[in-house]
Amino acid sequence: MRAMVYRGPYRVRVEEKDRPAVEHPNDAIVRVTRAAICGSDLHLYHGMMPDTRVGMTFGHEFVGVVDEVGPSVQNLKVGDRVMVPFNVFCGTCYFCARGLYSNCHNVNPNATAVGGIYGYSHTSGGYDGGQSEFVRVPFADVGPSLIPEWMDEDDAVLLTDALATGYFGAQLGDIVEGDVVVVFGAGPVGLYAAKSAWLMGAGRVIVIDHLDYRLAKAAEFAHAETYNFAEYDDIIVHLKKITEYLGADVTIDAVGAEADGNFLQHVTAAKLKLQGGSPVALNWAIDAVRKGGTVSVMGAYGPLFSAVKFGDAMNKGLTLRMNQCPVKRQWPRLFEHIKNGYLKPSDIVTHRIPLEHIAEGYHIFSAKLDGCIKPLIVPNAA
Amino acid sequence: MTYTPEKPKTAESSEALRARIPGWGADLDPADRPSVPRERFDPTFSGAWWEFPERQPEKWPRERSIEHKFLTPVFGTACPPKGVSGAIRKLAYRRYSEGRAAHWLLLIAADRVDAAGSTLRSFLTTRPDNPITETGVLSEISHHGLASRRGENRADLRHQPLDPIIVAAPWVLTGALAYVLAKRVVRRRRA
Ligand SMILES: [Zn+2]
Ligand SMILES: [Zn+2]
Repeated sequence: MRAMVYRGPYRVRVEEKDRPAVEHPNDAIVRVTRAAICGSDLHLYHGMMPDTRVGMTFGHEFVGVVDEVGPSVQNLKVGDRVMVPFNVFCGTCYFCARGLYSNCHNVNPNATAVGGIYGYSHTSGGYDGGQSEFVRVPFADVGPSLIPEWMDEDDAVLLTDALATGYFGAQLGDIVEGDVVVVFGAGPVGLYAAKSAWLMGAGRVIVIDHLDYRLAKAAEFAHAETYNFAEYDDIIVHLKKITEYLGADVTIDAVGAEADGNFLQHVTAAKLKLQGGSPVALNWAIDAVRKGGTVSVMGAYGPLFSAVKFGDAMNKGLTLRMNQCPVKRQWPRLFEHIKNGYLKPSDIVTHRIPLEHIAEGYHIFSAKLDGCIKPLIVPNAA
Repeated sequence: MTYTPEKPKTAESSEALRARIPGWGADLDPADRPSVPRERFDPTFSGAWWEFPERQPEKWPRERSIEHKFLTPVFGTACPPKGVSGAIRKLAYRRYSEGRAAHWLLLIAADRVDAAGSTLRSFLTTRPDNPITETGVLSEISHHGLASRRGENRADLRHQPLDPIIVAAPWVLTGALAYVLAKRVVRRRRA
């Protein structure tokens, strides 16, 4: 089969690889019909995530058709159209039993601090991902859901991470009616977080980014008030000014490590890999929130340390809430919102890239060329 | 006003927002949001019918964090450790917990060794690594590389000139080194 393969920092290519096999009785093999490149894939692409091995196939956002099932699979059959959450999880360990699917303890031998994630290095369990013709899906009775008949495949693939995570980010903010919410990052997750903040009753939603075309999308898609931090000498002072010097009630970091804000941090982290990513966005979230406010973090951070302004967080009495999204818990509600027309996830898709051109896809997305917000990958098998 | 007790008013009322934004307030009640409470004991929701899953066969000594009691019942098999990088990875897993910086720094080091070694090895195959096609840099031409960087107020423009240097430097250095070595070998043969 054809699959995207990592060759080293900033280098990927498409190779002929063995079709994945059933390795556990509850596995399924899924023929991928749609995948996506995610902002967090860029951490792998830039060589920031420890234990990213040459030969690895990335891709934790994908949907497809069941092609084969293991002997113990009961809930799925060959031919089913499925969407697969980015979390690999068992369903019954201590954490899964409590709904913390992203923290499953039974699927990632390489680390205990993070669960299993498709195509996300060996730090997340060493599973090959869906930027490929076929993918192995463990715990097929637990992870995947049938794509509802009325749902578009493009919307479904965005539910496997980006939309669910954006919604989760707003939820971690514990928003109450009338809250001022500031979202850092107008990438796909930031756009969805801003949109979700309204569903939860925000009184004002502000989005900060450094790309005008993404901010235009935030204004149009997410009805947000937007500011380009490159235009301000000090974006924090500006945010304080426009909130009557109070700060936001809730800030949401939808950037993760490796934010672009400070030349020195960009060089030490993204380029020289001396920090586990520059936490500019997180530090801004800590600075911009009011005392006693809540900072929500679902942007990706790796296991390596980053210099976070913890003293300010402590002195301001902040609540910091964070996790990887337990995607499957979000689905029933998000299905309703899509059906009601409150959300149309695929409105942010800008590019459709054939699997064979994935090296270009990564470069376009990473260098933010061509107005790129969300690229989808279409394998030939589709 | 911040210096007095009342919370500042937002420009729009809840009614105005409800009228303007589709779905505004649909999830107003915090208790009614899907991941609230954070932990809700409900082992059946996911569709699992086991208490502890069957175990995936271990076909080679699978590396694992020493913070785990045993090899997890299911695991990925994407890229078994191999060569020098594999030895470094196995050491990182065998010796250090996830709490130790050495664990992660060794893994990062192994990644670099893996990338360099795999590139060198690729030159012995019919598909050598190619920095032009693999970095996708050709999309600079096909996807508006220049236009994308103009008039967008991009903060990352300041460091983008660094990117090509950082990506190209190892290739240029390796090429130069190979040239010098080859020259030396030829000269020695002639002498
Ligand atoms: Zn993602
Ligand atoms: Zn579990």
